[in-house]
Amino acid sequence: MSDIAERVKKIVVEHLSVEEDKVTENASFIDDLGADSLDTVELVMAFEEEFGIEIPDDAAETIQTFGDAVKFIEGAQ
Amino acid sequence: MRRVVVTGLGLVTPLACGVEKTWERLLAGQSGAGPITRFDASHLATTYACEVPLGDGSDGTFNPDEWMEPKERRKVDDFILYGMAAAVQAVADSGWMPTDRDAQERTGVLIGSGIGGLSSIADTSITLKEKGPRRVSPFFVPGALINLISGQVSIRYGFRGPNHAVVTACSTGAHAIGDAARLIQWGDADVMVAGGAESPICEIGIAGFNACKALSTKRGHEPEKASRPWDSDSDGFVMGEGAGVVVLEEYEHAKARGAKIYAEILGYGLSGDAYHITAPPPDHEGAERAMRAALKRAGLQPSDVDYVNAHGTSTMADTIELGAVERLMGNHAGSLRMSSTKSATGHLLGAAGAIEAIFSILAIRDNVAPPTINLDNPAAETAINLCANAAQAGEINIVQSNSFGFGGTNACLIMGRV
Repeated sequence: MSDIAERVKKIVVEHLSVEEDKVTENASFIDDLGADSLDTVELVMAFEEEFGIEIPDDAAETIQTFGDAVKFIEGAQ
Repeated sequence: MRRVVVTGLGLVTPLACGVEKTWERLLAGQSGAGPITRFDASHLATTYACEVPLGDGSDGTFNPDEWMEPKERRKVDDFILYGMAAAVQAVADSGWMPTDRDAQERTGVLIGSGIGGLSSIADTSITLKEKGPRRVSPFFVPGALINLISGQVSIRYGFRGPNHAVVTACSTGAHAIGDAARLIQWGDADVMVAGGAESPICEIGIAGFNACKALSTKRGHEPEKASRPWDSDSDGFVMGEGAGVVVLEEYEHAKARGAKIYAEILGYGLSGDAYHITAPPPDHEGAERAMRAALKRAGLQPSDVDYVNAHGTSTMADTIELGAVERLMGNHAGSLRMSSTKSATGHLLGAAGAIEAIFSILAIRDNVAPPTINLDNPAAETAINLCANAAQAGEINIVQSNSFGFGGTNACLIMGRV
C-alpha cells in the first residue's frame, strides 16, 4: 500500500472509529463505514489538512469510498 | 391537576460521578475544589475550580468512555457529555426505557445549560482566525448548541415527546425541572427527563467570570476552603462543572408500573428582579416572590418547609438571600434547616439547580440535611440552622430548593415525600 493510502487509512480509522481491515479499496464511507454526511465533510477537511491540498465541494462529492479518496489525493499531489 | 413524581436520579459532580458516591462525600463534608488541571490557568486571577474527577470509572471517577462512544464524544462539547452521563444514570435508575412508539411519544427531554459549548466556541474562533473558515468543523454547531443534550438523549432512547431546553443562567436546572413538571401536569407528556449541565472551566470561562468580579481569587493555597457561603471570609464563588438529571413521571403512570418514587414535585415558582444584570436587589424581594409562588402552588405554608437548599454561592448575595428566607419564614426560622451545598460542589451554573434539587430529594429520602462546609465565622446572625460544617439528621418531609441567575431570574422548587 502506498504511503498516501496508509495516511488516508489512518485518518479514516481515527475519525470513524472503525477497524483497519474494514477500510478496503471499495469501502463506502457512508454505506460500509458508518459515516453520515457530516462525517464525510470532516473527513475531507482532514484530508486537506494532512496533504496540504484543497478539495473543492464538487470534487468532495465524488469521494465516496476509501479508493476514491486515495485516487483523488494521488492526482492532486 | 396531574401529580408529578421523581422516579430516577443522575449526577456528575465535582465530588463524584454517580448519585450515591456524590451524596456520601457531600454528607461527609468533603470539597470538590482543587487547582485547575484542564488547562494552564497560572496567568488567571483564579487558579482553582471544582473539576469533575476524571479516571477509569472506579471509586466515583468519571470515565468518558462509559457514557458516549469515542466517535460520538469527539463531536460534542463536555457539557453534552456530562448531560448525557447524568441522563443515562437517571433513565437506568427509573427503569423507563420504552420500546413501543406510543410510550416513546409520551416521553420527552428538557435538559438545559447556562452557557453551553463555551470552550468549543472559544477554540473554534481560534481555528477560524488562524486557519480560515474551511477548517471549521461540521460538528462545531451541533456540538455547542444548548438544546443538543436533549437532542442527543432523545436519539439514544427514542424519546419522541416534547424536546426542549432552558437557558436561564444559574436558574437553568431548577427552571428545567419545574417546566418539565408542568408539561406533565398539562398532559403534553407522561414522562420527562429533565435537568441541567455545564462545562465552564476553560480559559475564557474563568477570565469572563473574573472580569465580572464573581469568582473567589484569594484561596490558591487552600482551594477546598474557597467556597464558604455565609462566611465573613468569602470572596466569590468557585466555578464547578457537571450535570444533574431527573426522571419526572405522572404519579399514576409511575404507580402502575411499580416504579420507585423518590419524591413529588409539589410547587414551582418563578419571578424576575427587573433590577441589575448580575446583582440582586438589597432585599431580593424577587427571590421572596418566587418562594411564595412555589409554596402557593404547593398549597403549603412556609412553616411546612423542613429544609431549604439555598442558592448560596459564596458571594455578597448570600446574606441577601438569607434575609429573604427569614422574612418568608417568620417565626418558623428557628426550626428551619438550610444549607448551601455549593460550599462543597462549587457553582455548577446551569447544572446547579438540578444537582441541588437532587440533594434536596435525597435529604427527604435519608432524613438528613447536607452541611454548609467552611462556615467558620458567620457573616450575619440568624435564627436559621445553616448546618455549619456537619450534616444534620432529623425528619425531612418538605424541601425547598432556591436558584437565582444573572439577569435577575429566580426559580424555586418545592418537593415532598410521597
